[in-house]
Parts: sequence; C-alpha cells; structure tokens
Amino acid sequence: MSTVMTDRSATITTIDKPQTRYKMRTENINIYYGKTHAVQDLTLAFPEKSVTALIGPSGCGKTTYLRCLNRMHDMTPDAKVEGRVLLDGADLYDKRIDPIYHRRKVGMVFQKPNPFPTMSIYDNVVAGVKLNGVRNKDILDEIVEDCLNMAYLWEEVKDILKKPAMELSGGQQQRLCIARALAIQPEVLLMDEPASALDPIATQKIEETIEELKKDYCIIIVTHNMQQAVRCSDYTGFMYLGKLVEHGKTKQVFERPVDKLTAKYVQGQFG
Amino acid sequence: MTYTDRQQKRAEIRAMFKSNVRRRLWVDKIVVGTVIVCALMAIIPLIWILGTAVYSGVPALNWEFLTGKPGAVGAGQISIGPAIQGTVIIIALTSLIGLPIGIMGGIYLSEYGGNSRFAKQIRFFMDVFMQVPSIVLGIFAFLAIVLTLGYYTVWAGAIALSFIMFPIVARSTEEALRMVPWTYREAGAALGLSKMVITLRIVLSQAKKGILTGVLLSISRVGGETAPLIMTILGSNIFFSGFDSSTDALPLRIWRLSLQPYDEARIAGWGAALTLVIIIFAIHLGVRYFFLRDKSGKGLRGVLRG
Ligand SMILES: Nc1ncnc2c1ncn2[C@@H]1O[C@H](COP(=O)(O)OP(=O)(O)OP(=O)(O)O)[C@@H](O)[C@H]1O
Ligand SMILES: [Mg+2]
Repeated sequence: MSTVMTDRSATITTIDKPQTRYKMRTENINIYYGKTHAVQDLTLAFPEKSVTALIGPSGCGKTTYLRCLNRMHDMTPDAKVEGRVLLDGADLYDKRIDPIYHRRKVGMVFQKPNPFPTMSIYDNVVAGVKLNGVRNKDILDEIVEDCLNMAYLWEEVKDILKKPAMELSGGQQQRLCIARALAIQPEVLLMDEPASALDPIATQKIEETIEELKKDYCIIIVTHNMQQAVRCSDYTGFMYLGKLVEHGKTKQVFERPVDKLTAKYVQGQFG
Repeated sequence: MTYTDRQQKRAEIRAMFKSNVRRRLWVDKIVVGTVIVCALMAIIPLIWILGTAVYSGVPALNWEFLTGKPGAVGAGQISIGPAIQGTVIIIALTSLIGLPIGIMGGIYLSEYGGNSRFAKQIRFFMDVFMQVPSIVLGIFAFLAIVLTLGYYTVWAGAIALSFIMFPIVARSTEEALRMVPWTYREAGAALGLSKMVITLRIVLSQAKKGILTGVLLSISRVGGETAPLIMTILGSNIFFSGFDSSTDALPLRIWRLSLQPYDEARIAGWGAALTLVIIIFAIHLGVRYFFLRDKSGKGLRGVLRG
C-alpha cells in the first residue's frame, strides 16, 4: 500500500487516521552489499507508541533493513545505504552527526545472541549505561533488576549475577541481550527475531514486555512467527526479495491483504 | 530421485561408512602418534637446553654470585650483580618504549587502519623490521644515539631493542584483536558507545590473552639479545651508574664469560645463563598471574595451565 508523506510534518494520511505521529521514517532506502541490491526503494514509517512487525521469507532483507535504522551498516565496510532515515524528523545519516547520538536512542536486539563474553551477567546488562558514564551503584542495581525482569530473566539469574554471561543457555543469553538493549532506555527498539531461541513461556513473557514497552516506545520487530506478529504488532510490513510488498494495520494485512503475494505468505503457502 | 532410488543410495552410503571405520581409526592413531612424536622432538631440545643450564649453572649460584661485582678471573669470585641489574633495567626501559607503541600500533592496524594504504605500509615496515638482523639495529642506535651523544647509554640499548619488540607486539596485538568476533563491536555500537570505548572496554579484554602472549614473547626475545647491546650499552664491571655511562647485561656477560678459557668463567657463564632463564620465567609467571588470574580464585594453578 502506498504511503503518502505530507513531507516533513511527520504525518501520514492514507493508511491510518490522520495526525498519527511518526517516531521514525525511512524514505527510498536502498541498501547494497557490493553488487547485491538487498533492500530496494523502501519507504516506511513507524508510528509512536506502537509495534510494527516485519515479516517475509528468509533472505528477503529484513535484517538488512532493520540495521539501517540505527546506522549499523556503518560497521560493515562493503554495505552501502542510500536514502533517508528520520528519527523525530532528524536525519540519521546526517554526515555532521556522529551515529552514537542516535544509537543511544535506538536499542537493538540481534538475531543471534551476543552477550559480551568477558563480562558478568550484571555487567552485560549495564554495559551500555556504565560505559556511557553512569557510575551510581544504586541506579545500576536498579536498572539490572528492572531490565532483567522485563526480559523475564531475573528469577533465573538473580543469585548468579556475577557469573560470566557465557555460562547461560542460548535462550537465556538472548533474554540477557534484550535486557541489555532496554538498559540504555531507548526510544525506539529494534528486535531481530528476539524469540527464535526461546521456549513458549519465555516467548509469551517477552511479548508481554513488548506490550508494556509499547506504551512509551516505538518497537520494530522482525519475526518468522505469524501468530507472534498477529499477537503483538499493530502494523505489519511484508517484504519480499528486498522490496516492501505490503504495509498496513496488522489486522488488515493478515485478514484482507491487498497483494496476492502477501495473502499467500500469511496463509503459509510459501516462505 | 524416486523414493526407492534414494533408499538404495542411503544404504550404499551407510555401507561406505562402515567399511571405512576401521581404517579411519588406524589413520587417526597414526596421525596422533606422528603429532606426539613431532611435539616431543620439539620439546626434547628445549628440555635438554634447560637441563644443561640447570645442571651446569646451579653450582655457580650463590648470594655473592648474584649480588657482587665481577672481579678479575683468578682473583676470587666472579659475580653477575651488575649484569642482572642491567638486564632488569634494559627490559623495563625497552618495555616502556616498545609496549605502548606496539599495543597502540596493533590497535590502530586492527581497528582503525583496516586495509588502508597507510596501514599496509606500516605492516610492511614492521615485517621488514622483524627480519632485520638485530646487530644492524645495534649499529643504527650506535650511529644515531651513542655517537651523537658521545657516550654509551642504556637508552640506546633500549631503543635498539624496542625496534625488535614493537613489531612483535603490534602484530600479535593486531592478530588477537582480529580474532574477536565482529558481532561484539556491533553490539557495543548498538548501545551507543564510541569506537574507542568499544575497542578499549569490550574488544581489548577479549584479546587479552593473545596480546599478553605477544608481549611475553617479545620480552623473552629482547631479554636474550646480545648483538644490539654490544655497541649501545657496551657492558660494564660496575653497577648502574647513570644514563650516561655503559651498563652491563646478562647476555653480554654470558658472551664475555664464554670467550674466556677458564673453568671458573665457564661455570659462571652457565650460572648467568640460568639466571637469565629464571628472570624471564619469573616475568612470565608474574605477568600472567597479574593479568590472567582467575577472579574466581583458582590462583596460580590456573595461571600455569594458561
Ligand atoms: N554481510 C553481507 N554481505 C553480503 N550479502 C549479505 C550480507 N548480509 C546479508 N546479505 C544478503 O542480503 C540479503 C538479505 O539478507 P538479510 O540478512 O537481510 O535477510 P533476512 O530477511 O534477515 O533473512 P532471515 O530471515 O533468514 O534472517 C540476502 O540475500 C543475503 O544473502
Ligand atoms: Mg535476518
């Protein structure tokens, strides 16, 4: 579905009530890995206090797109990003601004868990705050408990906070990474298949956390799990071969998809 | 492929596995055996050298030998006090110059330089330095420092040796940093950390072991060098007396003693060699204990095991 931007006023009129506030928008994003054109002309906007799910078959460019939202591609020498990404109206790719200013506002949970191996569980959670200069022990303690609770890990690790993070199981590590991302108090949260390594109960807890966080945050979640997209997202974007095929309210995308391809995908006929 | 085709194929493949197992196990044993033999062949000379140093050197060791000044041969005790002192000073000064440059250079090459032309040039020059015969570095330091200043100085020796030290440290630091998976740098960046914080607080701690290995290797290498010292610190019979005069060092002392035809000197030479080995070994243990000590309290045993 086409999205008509009324230029910089950050409102959008076609798919939603007028006057929806958009936290983040991308305009005509193209991403290349060398000659591979991994994301093609992608224009999309993410409303404030809402969850947007990105779905699509493996290799369609979801991770690649997500990574441009916090300038993570700056870390990959052979990746090239074209287009504009606006956070509260400010261009993320403004050459004059160091990406770290935006990255502090945009938390990210990676597809594969990657807790810092030389740090304890505790230090992993507060790595972002501590290394950004917060030293107050009481505040750090508070952040650790709060974020681990939100990531549904507290009960399991509250007695072993000083243990190395690598001694946790894969799913526990992923929840630790969620806590770590929450600890920097971001305004936007990018989650790349956060629940793919989790059991159903932990998954449910993470979804509850997402539900709660969305009261303040703008959340963008990549998922292969259709039910998850239906359960916890307000908007859904369907990507295929690097393009955004359809975008709209989750209910609409799943129940009355406009595009045939979307219909097939959400019905599980390919992917 | 039809179902029956595939079924048949599966059976065939399994049959292949089975007839292979015996031979595989044998090949395995032969390979492991060969590896062990090779390892022994590498270790035996080492043990031999160490054994000889201990066997021949221990008789020389006593308090006077380790702390006194070297007298004339035949006029009583030969001692190596100044040489020990000089070696400790020279290792310390060389590390003072070589380690910061080496470690920072390695960080630059791995994290900032990448494949830029400048980084490639630095790598090239370091490889050249690693292959320059150490006596050439000694001559260089002699010409550039000793002749300019007009006196032998321990600094000249330390500078010559730091040219040996820093390429080793820089290259091993670079390698160790490159081994750290990229995803941790990304995770750090995603937390809004600056590149320097990511490098120093997240990446470096994961590369600690590899960096220390390079540092210790370079210290051993530098501690045993003789050639660059001949023309820079000269050697001396008295204790350290300032940065504007000649200084003694164990390798120099060993070399001088080995040139003398007396039994007494020969024994003292072995004693000095053993002392050098002990000093290097002590530095290794100390550094590893200090930096790699297991915080959960396995103590020295964990350090020895690495
Ligand atoms: N670092 C890279 N270098 C080169 N090509 C890449 C790189 N990362 C991804 N690609 C390519 O870009 C395309 C999109 O990959 P991406 O990881 O974004 O897919 P995805 O939608 O996240 O898939 P999945 O659901 O499997 O995670 C793929 O064709 C992939 O081969
Ligand atoms: Mg992906």
